[in-house]
Amino acid sequence: MVLNVSDLTIARGGIKVLEGISFDLAPGGAIVLRGPNGIGKTTLLRTIAGLQPPHSGRVDADPESLVYAGHSDGLKATLTVEENLVFWAQVFGNTDISKAVKSFQMARLVNRPAGMLSAGQKRRLGLARLLVTGRPVWILDEPTVSLDADAVAMFASAVRAHLARGGSALIATHIDLGLPEAEMLEVGPFRARAAELDDFDEAFL
Amino acid sequence: MIALLIRDLRLAMRAGGGFGLGLAFFLIVVTLVPFGVGPQSDLLARIAAGILWLGALLACLLSLDRILALDWEDGSLDLLATAPLPMEAIVSIKALAHWLTTGLPLVLFAPVFGLLMNLPEAGYKPLVLSLLLGTPALSVIGTFGAALTVGLKRGGLLLSLLVLPLYVPTLIFGAEMARRGVEGLDITTPMLMLAGITCGTIALLPFASAAVLRVNLR
Repeated sequence: MVLNVSDLTIARGGIKVLEGISFDLAPGGAIVLRGPNGIGKTTLLRTIAGLQPPHSGRVDADPESLVYAGHSDGLKATLTVEENLVFWAQVFGNTDISKAVKSFQMARLVNRPAGMLSAGQKRRLGLARLLVTGRPVWILDEPTVSLDADAVAMFASAVRAHLARGGSALIATHIDLGLPEAEMLEVGPFRARAAELDDFDEAFL
Repeated sequence: MIALLIRDLRLAMRAGGGFGLGLAFFLIVVTLVPFGVGPQSDLLARIAAGILWLGALLACLLSLDRILALDWEDGSLDLLATAPLPMEAIVSIKALAHWLTTGLPLVLFAPVFGLLMNLPEAGYKPLVLSLLLGTPALSVIGTFGAALTVGLKRGGLLLSLLVLPLYVPTLIFGAEMARRGVEGLDITTPMLMLAGITCGTIALLPFASAAVLRVNLR
C-alpha cells in the first residue's frame, strides 16, 4: 500500500468535520472522493498531504511519495510556462519537462508568461506540474475546474498513464472523469456529529 | 533550494517584482530630509548617520509583506510546503532573496546617499560596514513577521507593528556604530553587538518562522 488511512478524524479550526475514515490506496489504484460542498474534502486532502495534523487516527504514507495540487495552481504570472515548470521540476530534483508539456499539449505555450494564459490553460499547466515532480501518489483537489471537455479527457489519459506506470491518485471531484477503474468513496456518511469545542485554544492557533 | 532562490530573484526583477522599491524609497528619504532640515550643513552632518539607518530600516519594512504573501495568494506556499524542501530552508531562502533585492542595494548605494546627507568623510566606512552587518537581521526578522501574518488580508499594518519593536536593537547598535565612526571614536563594541544580533537571528529565527508558517498553513 502506498497510502493507508485508518480511522482518521479531521478537524478544521478545532471543529471535527469528518470522522472514522479508513481506506487504502494501492500502487496503480485510484480513489475518487465525492461529497457535497463544505463536507471536508479539501481538509481531508490537506491532512493527507501533511499540511495539517490529523485530529485523531493515522495517515501512513511516505511523505516523499506524495504530491499535492490544491485549488490554486501556484503559478507565477510573470514567469513563462517553461520557467514555471522547470522551477517545480528542480524543486523535486528533476530536469525534464518535455513529457509534461506533451501530455497537456502545451508546446505552443511554453514561452508565454503564465499570466497571459486562460483559466483552463493555467489549470493544465498546474496539472502538468504533477508530471514533472516524478512522485507516485497524486493528491488532487478538484483538478478539472475550468477545464473544457477535451482537457478533461487529456487529464483522464494523463491519470491513466500515471496509474499504468504504477502510480496512484486520490482525487476529489464533482464531475465524471471518465475513469471507470477508479474506486468511488462517498465522504458524506463520515460527517462528524456536532460536538462542542474540545480544545478551546485550537481555534486560535 | 538554489532553484527557489533563482526564481525569487527572477520574480523580483520582472515587472511588478518590487526590486528597487526599497532603494527608491531610501533615495526619496535622503533627498527630502535636507529640505526638511533646512540649509544647515553641520546639523545635517550630525544627524546623517541616524537618518540613513532609519531610511534603510523603513525601506526594508516597505517590502516585507511581499516575502510570503504573494506565494500564499497564488498557492505556491502550500505546494512548497509539500515539496521536498525543509520549511526552515524555504524561509531562509526567502529571507536571503529579500536581502539580495532590498538590503544589498541599500548597502551598495549608501555611500552615494551619504554624500547627499553631507556625511563626514570618516563616517563612510563605518556606515557601509554597519549596514552590511545589520541589514541581514532586518530581512530575517522581517521574514518572521511575514510568516506570522501570512494568512491575513492586508496584514501590512500588523506586520509593521510586530516587526518594528524587533528592529529596535539592530537600529540602536547600527546607528551607534555609524555615529561613532563619524565622530572618530572606537566602533568595536557596537560592531560586535550588531554582528551578534545578526548572527543570532540568522541562526534561530528560521526555526520560529518555519513553525509559525506551518501553523498558518493549516
